[in-house]
Amino acid sequence: MARKSLVLLSLLVLVIGVQLATSMTSTQYYLTQLTMSAYYAIVVIGLSVLMGYAGQISIGHAGFFAIGGYLSAALTTHNLIQFQESGVVKLLSSLGMIVTGQDLYGEELLVFVPWAACIVAIITAGVIAFVLGIPVLKLKGHYLAMATLGFGIIIYRIALASEYFGEADGISEVPGFTIFPALGDIGPVVVSGDFSGRVQNYYIAWCMLIIGLILLQNLINSRVGRALRSIHGSEEAAEAMGVNTARYKLYVFVLSAVYAAIAGVFLTHYNGGIGPSEASVMKSVRYVALVAVGGMANLWGVLIMGVSLTFLSLRGVFGSYDDAIFGVILIMIMLFAPEGILSIKLKGLFFRKNIRAKQEA
Amino acid sequence: MLELSSLQKNFGGLKAVDDVSFQVAKGTIKAVIGPNGAGKTTLFNCIAGNLAPTSGSIFFQNQEIKGKKPHQIAALGISRTFQNINLFHGMTALENVMVGRHIRSTSGFLAGMFSLPKSWKEEKKIQQRSVELLDILDLSKFAHVEATSLAFGQQRGVELARALATDPSLLLLDEPAAGLNIYETAEVARLITKIRDMGITVLLVEHDMSLVMDISDEIVVLSFGSKIAEDIPSAIQQNSEVIKIYLGEDEEAMA
Repeated sequence: MARKSLVLLSLLVLVIGVQLATSMTSTQYYLTQLTMSAYYAIVVIGLSVLMGYAGQISIGHAGFFAIGGYLSAALTTHNLIQFQESGVVKLLSSLGMIVTGQDLYGEELLVFVPWAACIVAIITAGVIAFVLGIPVLKLKGHYLAMATLGFGIIIYRIALASEYFGEADGISEVPGFTIFPALGDIGPVVVSGDFSGRVQNYYIAWCMLIIGLILLQNLINSRVGRALRSIHGSEEAAEAMGVNTARYKLYVFVLSAVYAAIAGVFLTHYNGGIGPSEASVMKSVRYVALVAVGGMANLWGVLIMGVSLTFLSLRGVFGSYDDAIFGVILIMIMLFAPEGILSIKLKGLFFRKNIRAKQEA
Repeated sequence: MLELSSLQKNFGGLKAVDDVSFQVAKGTIKAVIGPNGAGKTTLFNCIAGNLAPTSGSIFFQNQEIKGKKPHQIAALGISRTFQNINLFHGMTALENVMVGRHIRSTSGFLAGMFSLPKSWKEEKKIQQRSVELLDILDLSKFAHVEATSLAFGQQRGVELARALATDPSLLLLDEPAAGLNIYETAEVARLITKIRDMGITVLLVEHDMSLVMDISDEIVVLSFGSKIAEDIPSAIQQNSEVIKIYLGEDEEAMA
């Protein structure tokens, strides 16, 4: 317990340290990618619990990310003014879920407030995961991979084809997401790409990631977490010990989908928009690769590798070969370090080589 | 306690279990024996809910359990071990046993994620009970060793502790002595009697005749899916039909 808090504390110190360092060296532009990396890492740690601990693969998590992002973007940007007389819109307005505003050209605008859009988006992603999960999670291994891949492709094609979701252009000019309004001297907490809010947004993202991590860690170390791991270990025996394997697989699938959707919502408000590439199959493959690189059933490893590789990718280090690099990483990891990159012990490697050299000599 | 009547399980044209009926009385040890392919494991899988019987009925404590899922049957108080040891890989011996407490505890996803007091209080109890069970089976020194890396006999012990952790009233043991040497088998015999004395009814499938004859209160003999005898051990040893299956007649000797 003490060790766990210590590790968390050092992460916290590191997060603050990085921010201070960028402020002092005027390299605050790094914070933008670090913020985005943190959001992507939320998807990856959620997927780690599904894949690494419960042993159920999904190559469709970009789909859930996109459902969150796209819905939140569409609801906060599409003008409902033509429906303003309808009962549903009136009801939602009276609940404070819809507000009037003005668009760039001064036209009257009637849209969902980000809070309401966020909740609708996350619940929708959760419900879709639930409905999809009931039949799909009966499948195992490759078949489950194929089915989730199919789901990812469907979401991608819908995003690409639907006018409502902006077709190939996606949705832009998504407003900032005011989490807390201004209170006295304290300014409002807003998720947006505004330069003035860069430091604030960096902290929002990392707070969310750390809270997300703590919750998942608690889960893994609980009765439910143990049951999830037992499903991975032997589904037949887990069932015989009274674990409702179908239900647990479904719940953890929904949980990881909700994590992806939350990341999608926040990143979309941060970026001010979302495009179909966020829903693409390559994104899903990337998430799987990041989970694998981090060591599957290793939340910390997944978080570290998720953030650092995504950061490098966003900085453009891999250039146009970005997707290719992630493919190569996935293959290399599966071949040489199926327990994740952090599991490689260099000492052990050298030691073994020495023995082999001696034997050959 | 457990009552099978006219139980039938077909795999296509093959009658793996053919019209089998018998009862298991509370607090006894009952053994199911028979040559390979007699349908013993199929029978077990029907009781535990892994296979759906084709027809017939299974009553456990006056409740029909046919058609229930394995986890529901486990909740009613039937636990089992597997013929080929089926431990959770990647988990320690203690964690394996702790999964056995799953059905007797209630903390859900949210309680776990937010680490509610209810969750960790329960967790403490789960751990306590599991350590106790490992102690009973003399395995506490392996508590933090990955279960699948233990020696064969120890793995069987962990599996047994895990099954006991569910607080079963009926324990199904699928060949508990398979792969064990004479000493280990004697130890298993002692354990099974001890489990019976704890008030747990035992139904076992076994090949090792000495074990079966020593500890069983009653024996059911299956051959090609049908029940051919049911009696106390001494009577089974004298039963001409049983001798015929096991020793064969004429030159068709069967092991």
